[in-house]
Amino acid sequence: MTEMVYGAVPVRDGEPILPKWWRTIDKWSMSCVLILFCVGLLLGLAASPPLAAKNGFEAFHYVQRQALFGTFALIAMLITSMMSPTLVRRLAVLGFVAAFVALALLPFFGTDFGKGAVRWYGLGFASVQPSEFLKPGFVVVAAWMMAASADLNGPPGKTWSFVLCISIVLMLALQPDFGQACLVLFGWGVMYFIAGAPMVLLVGMAALAVLGGTIAYANSEHFARRIDGFLSADVDPTTQLGYATNAIQEGGFFGVGVGEGQVKWSLPDAHTDFIIAVAAEEYGLILVLVIIALYASVVVRSLMRLVRERDPFIRLAGTGLACMLGVQAMINMGVAVRLLPAKGMTLPFVSYGGSSVIASGIAVGMLLAFTRTRPQGEISDLLSRGRSR
Amino acid sequence: MIRTPLRPLARILDARDKGENPDAIERENIRIRHEQMRDQARQRAEGRLLVLGMFFVVAFSVVGLRMGLLATSEPQEPRVDGPGAQIHAARADIVDRHGSLLATNFDTHALYAQPPQMIDPVHAAQELAKIFPDLDAAELLEDFTGTRKFLWIKRKLSPEQMQAVHEIGDPGLLFATRDMRLYPNGQLAAHVLGGASFGKEGVTAAEVIGVAGVEKYFDDYLRDPANGSKPLQLSLDLTVQAAAEQVLYGGMKLMNAKGATSILMDVHTGEVVSVVSLPTFDPNKRPQPAVSGAASDSPLFNRSVQGVYELGSTFKIFTVAQAMDLGLVTPETIIDTKGPLRWGRHRIRDFRHYGNEMSVTKVIVKSSNIGTARLAQEIGVERQRAFLGKLGMLETTGFEIVEAATGRPLLPPNWSELSTMTISYGHGLSTSPMHLAAGYAAIANGGYKVQPTILKTENPPKGERVFSEASSKASMRMLRQVVTEGTASFGEVAGYAVAGKTGTADKPGSRGGYYEDKVIATFASVFPAHDPKYVLIVTLDEPVETTGDEPRRTAGWTAVPVAAEMIRRVAPLLGLRPTVEPLAVSDIKLTSN
Repeated sequence: MTEMVYGAVPVRDGEPILPKWWRTIDKWSMSCVLILFCVGLLLGLAASPPLAAKNGFEAFHYVQRQALFGTFALIAMLITSMMSPTLVRRLAVLGFVAAFVALALLPFFGTDFGKGAVRWYGLGFASVQPSEFLKPGFVVVAAWMMAASADLNGPPGKTWSFVLCISIVLMLALQPDFGQACLVLFGWGVMYFIAGAPMVLLVGMAALAVLGGTIAYANSEHFARRIDGFLSADVDPTTQLGYATNAIQEGGFFGVGVGEGQVKWSLPDAHTDFIIAVAAEEYGLILVLVIIALYASVVVRSLMRLVRERDPFIRLAGTGLACMLGVQAMINMGVAVRLLPAKGMTLPFVSYGGSSVIASGIAVGMLLAFTRTRPQGEISDLLSRGRSR
Repeated sequence: MIRTPLRPLARILDARDKGENPDAIERENIRIRHEQMRDQARQRAEGRLLVLGMFFVVAFSVVGLRMGLLATSEPQEPRVDGPGAQIHAARADIVDRHGSLLATNFDTHALYAQPPQMIDPVHAAQELAKIFPDLDAAELLEDFTGTRKFLWIKRKLSPEQMQAVHEIGDPGLLFATRDMRLYPNGQLAAHVLGGASFGKEGVTAAEVIGVAGVEKYFDDYLRDPANGSKPLQLSLDLTVQAAAEQVLYGGMKLMNAKGATSILMDVHTGEVVSVVSLPTFDPNKRPQPAVSGAASDSPLFNRSVQGVYELGSTFKIFTVAQAMDLGLVTPETIIDTKGPLRWGRHRIRDFRHYGNEMSVTKVIVKSSNIGTARLAQEIGVERQRAFLGKLGMLETTGFEIVEAATGRPLLPPNWSELSTMTISYGHGLSTSPMHLAAGYAAIANGGYKVQPTILKTENPPKGERVFSEASSKASMRMLRQVVTEGTASFGEVAGYAVAGKTGTADKPGSRGGYYEDKVIATFASVFPAHDPKYVLIVTLDEPVETTGDEPRRTAGWTAVPVAAEMIRRVAPLLGLRPTVEPLAVSDIKLTSN
């Protein structure tokens, strides 16, 4: 790492890739992600047949597709996690540029699938949501800029990354996709926080976020409707939230039984945004708590591993990726239990969605690459202790 | 903070002297500086990462906790209302004094639609319009194809209608279970029962709330699940009520009255065995309150408790009873009845001239206004007022139907001596027939105040004593003579020794003064006279009896025959045997003395 920063010639590592990968990877987090993916397939079996029936496919059409995309995602995750942080950074920057252009061109070539927001590219066999791929790329780019700004004579990376962040947020808000916009803003904020943001600024930013939300509420009907639905004490029985709440209540501790759930027939987004409601109804509180624990352990474990990280870029990028994953999961589940206003946000790995699951795979691959065990100069720390420089 | 410069001059010069590259020194220093900065940043980040980790742990715990709370709460169908108390549809029955059903619940269904689940909205709308002629197919179709996701179509369905809707076979047409309030006797006791309608509505149940009568007065009791649906038992007797309504309706038609009311009350307990107000309505299809015209013309108007009228000469017995109780007169005391009685600019006249003086008994029997007014003069303002207050004539009756609270007596604004004289014969003070019934019950039961009640009560505590037993007995003898030889001679019913007093009051006009040809005719009766059990008040609104040469409106010709017929019908139903009236013992004593 030191060599990388100073641009010295990299020394080729003598150890073969796989054994080293296995020795240094965070096996617990990886297991959690694999389990989450399996849970996603299991819930897909429950949640997607109604959609398949509606679209005239055989019952498990979407499960098969999810398994296919999931395999791609897992492969992408494994390959990414084997890369060195430098390689990850280089590829991520390239990917970010591609995704950024794709996002910018969305208004001209994108489609809205009749959902009121232009977020996708229809590719015939699948649809791609560029913002899903943009998020991890942006985290890496922003982390790179912030880390560079910390150097002597470094570029003003924090400002650059902020400008980049705001431009992305604006593009997303115009789609409109306030969920992803919030996520990007949040990711940048977390990295800035870790990179040593002054406290005054953090408070100011929180105020700005509130202000922005208010303006969005006042000017966007799409946004206002969802906030209103959240704020009103009554659940309209025919809204998605009403059905989701009812499903969670029906489920109780152990669920109504596999395949016995009803909510998937009523909710148009049962296989994506409200998959947690399907989980709660059919498998009960138990499975929901397991899912929450899995996400929490991935996020918290990664953060704890990054505490010891010496390289600022890796620390920042890892933090950004872990927090984005955690917050996305939290928002999705928070909406279903009415802690948060309704937003279209998928549950990473669990929700159905080709580009979502592949993008999540790449993001977690990067996270795993960043949290791998590597020498952190413990010996030099020991030696330097007491030595005055 | 002391920092070494990146290019310390001494070392640079030294290196130059030695021929080394001085940039190496700078690079080395930059490296060391970076190390320092990096350690600092790492220390700061360590704390912030821990904060972040804590945040995620807490946030995920909150989501998990909330999920747990939701999962352990009771599942219920999504409702229009917010989460709150569940709807208790169970409502206790209402029964009469023998346990016959007056009001009960009936399982029915409401029809609602969820347009998003409809297969063929056009067909559904057309078929629905055929089943329910009051629905419009075009409007339904508009609702079904619009943005609405939920709408009620019908609140109550008959089983036939429900089957017909089933046969449409559209999955978007759904049924909600309902408890419907049913009054199996139709119009019987409509004013007492009042009616019920739906309160909060949900898909699984709807609240049934009382809107009038006992349904509203006892709404909390009837809806309280703690009562275990124990029925509310009223003092009404269903058969007596039916007979009374039939007779009163016939009487109202015969006498060409526009309204009528009757109250049958137990003189000892105050239990109302039957109370009728005509015209009436069907509580199963309670009409809308009238928006125009006088409230008293609506069938919803309960004349027995809401109609406050000047009840005329029926009040005279209270004056006489009080005068006897105070020891001012005995039944035989001779009163000056030379008319007209002048008081300031006012003159008090009798209906006919009965002579210049007569006994107190005659004053009642002939119904002399002048004689009663003279007695009232003797009694005085304060004592009369206190006496009527004790009888409960100056306040609402406390009868347990919500309408009774609006039947507040109309008192003279300034209770002068003239008021006392007019009130003594029933003008200047307006009360409801229910007040009158309670007053007559006190006359009949030996002088105890009676609280009218609609609830069956076994042994209520005796009310406050208003006047003596002797005055009560003497008053009853006078009332009996009114029937045997006075104005209420049509009131004689063989075997039941009816006693009573007629009252014919001119109706006050809408613009002050009194109508010449509109009266309220009242007969307040007690039977049997020698052992009073029941008091019956019959009041006809604007009666006119036209069989004679001239139209007759006095109570003796209108209300009395109706009351007599009613007693003839209901006395056997009440379990009273016809008896031979014992000779008045006191009369014998009087002659022997």
